[in-house]
Amino acid sequence: MKMKKVLGLTLAAALALSLAACGGNNNPPANNNPSSAGGTSSGTNTPDPAPTTGGELITVGVINNDPNESGYRTANDAAMRATFTEANGYKATFYNNNDAAQQIATAQQMVQDEVDFLLLSPASTTGWDTVLKDAQAAGTQVILFDRMLEADESMYAAAVVSDMPAEGKTAVDWLAAQGLSEYNIIHIQGHMGSDAQLGRTGALDEKVAAEANWNYVAQQTADWDEATARTIVQSVIDSKKPFNVIYAENNGMARGAVAALDAAGITHGKDGDVIVMGFDSDKWAFEAVLEGSWNYMGLCNPLQADTVDGIIKDLMAGKAPAQKIIYTPEQGFDCDTLTQADVDTYGT
Amino acid sequence: MTTPVKNPETQVKRPDESLFKRLTRQQLFIPVAALVLLVLFNLIADPSFFAVSMKENSLGNPVLSGNMISVLDNASELVILAIGMTLVTASSGGQDISVGATMTIAGSVILRMVCGGQVTADTMQMNLFLAVFIGIVVTAFFGAFNGALVAYFNIQPMVATLIMYTAGRSIAAWINNNQLPIINDVAFKYAGTFLPGIPVPTPIFITILMIVIFWLVLKFTNLGLYTQSVGINPNSSRLNGINPKLVKLLTYVILGVCVAVAGYIRISRSGSINYSRNAENIEMDAILAVALGGNALSGGKFNIYGSILGAYVIQFLTTTLYKYEVPSTALPAYKAVVVILLVVLSAPVVREKLASIKKAPAKAVKEVA
Repeated sequence: MKMKKVLGLTLAAALALSLAACGGNNNPPANNNPSSAGGTSSGTNTPDPAPTTGGELITVGVINNDPNESGYRTANDAAMRATFTEANGYKATFYNNNDAAQQIATAQQMVQDEVDFLLLSPASTTGWDTVLKDAQAAGTQVILFDRMLEADESMYAAAVVSDMPAEGKTAVDWLAAQGLSEYNIIHIQGHMGSDAQLGRTGALDEKVAAEANWNYVAQQTADWDEATARTIVQSVIDSKKPFNVIYAENNGMARGAVAALDAAGITHGKDGDVIVMGFDSDKWAFEAVLEGSWNYMGLCNPLQADTVDGIIKDLMAGKAPAQKIIYTPEQGFDCDTLTQADVDTYGT
Repeated sequence: MTTPVKNPETQVKRPDESLFKRLTRQQLFIPVAALVLLVLFNLIADPSFFAVSMKENSLGNPVLSGNMISVLDNASELVILAIGMTLVTASSGGQDISVGATMTIAGSVILRMVCGGQVTADTMQMNLFLAVFIGIVVTAFFGAFNGALVAYFNIQPMVATLIMYTAGRSIAAWINNNQLPIINDVAFKYAGTFLPGIPVPTPIFITILMIVIFWLVLKFTNLGLYTQSVGINPNSSRLNGINPKLVKLLTYVILGVCVAVAGYIRISRSGSINYSRNAENIEMDAILAVALGGNALSGGKFNIYGSILGAYVIQFLTTTLYKYEVPSTALPAYKAVVVILLVVLSAPVVREKLASIKKAPAKAVKEVA
């Protein structure tokens, strides 16, 4: 009797867990694209494996990160969902998760279901070899978007990505051009091992190692989280270590850092004591730079969906893309040169 | 002739022994000992940890700043959650693991209200108190949902709250149409930062207010007694005229209210929200606070002051680790060490052993003397 009860409970727990695994990580569909097919429960929905020729729908599996992780990702995910719709000739399955292992498992499932294209924004740069090989064997073409992974170029059809190392280098070059006599940097890192973190950290690490007057006051990961970034900066302020640069690897974390500065009455931005740097494309961050509350924002363009769409249409017509790796146009903006026009063009 | 000799000896020994016993058996022994250890460590390692200075914030207000202020300030959400979690633990013998997710729902609702559906708002579109009240109603409802599953469907609390744990953040995102809203109104951030002219962070006042409210409620109502008796034996409390299901449900609703207050403090620190990261893993800290406070996680007798102290100890530990630049990704590992120590220390087997070890040296000292 008791055993039965325990067994029943365990089963119920397992059931709840498996239900949760299907539903929990998928974001509810955004209101503006009601036509996105199978957008909500991609974990279980098997895409139609029917071969697509001519007027039939092209099946795509889209693996992305969690749209709630940052404003950048929200814009990125919304653009993908708005582009890959039945109206545009696609039957798309979406999967969102920040856990690379879960992404890989779902990608494998999608390859087994023989999607025509696998669109991938990997949460980590490694671990994708099997998926890529299986995809090649099954005739699924892989297109990377937003983030790179470590693999030979022959393993994917195209990549429409942000050039993270270049973003980092542009930012560090800009910082070096400020001509401070000493750089005491609080470095707030993103999710460790992600392409964005590696690229943006790499350039700064190199510079700090090379220059005698560049020092880290603190180097910590806040995992893209604003509240953690605030705590990190607060802790440095409390320990009374002097610093004059905050290099946050996304805008949300820069915002958290600024909250800590404001609370302690430390001036920042144009004419302030501390230089504040962020990344991505959020409109509010552009506005912060425009106001002079921040100094610099490295633009990371989240809107790759149209480019990916174009590549797929080309590939279907038998045309290989001219370049395998296409970098989205990106640049750095600082408070002295940013204009309202830039904000309107690039802000998301 | 022997009795007069024996008597003074036992008289000397007994209070001494029972002092040790009383100390280790005291419910607050573990959190106080942990706190003392942390204070001592910081005093020895770097006494400047305790320095508090007066600064002026960017709005021109004088504000207090220092690690100790940070501890008291940042512990606020955890303390408020720990109070509710203690009641839930006592009545149902289980914990609510969805508090981080429901905190995010509360934050999302409040932001949606004050932003009036816009993505960024420079002024509040709704009376702040009304918005917070709506947030409280919403999370109290979710608390009632959890409580109903536990009380009326007899589902284990962890399994019942697993539903909101996984669905909560998606619901929070859905409330704001997947946008990340931002409010730039200075007045909105008063609750999470400073009130104009007052140098002490507002969350500290809110926490004190919540503690006082619960102290009054437990002192002047039967809530504490009923919760405890339901936790110890639901059947006998039912026979004594208490409705155990209603009491369980009530504790979950109370936790829901605590969640809304904590969620409001959390979002008003920055005026924005990140659904997947907001108050991540705070449920584990809240449960740890209850355990640290010497409360049995299987329910029954409880002491909310132990949990409150436990919450401050956890924040003290976190702040200390940050000060010594332990990578923030490694923090959970350090907390895990604390949990292991605690669980082992509070196990009855170890407690008995400890008591007997302490008895032996005490005897030896007496004999030498």
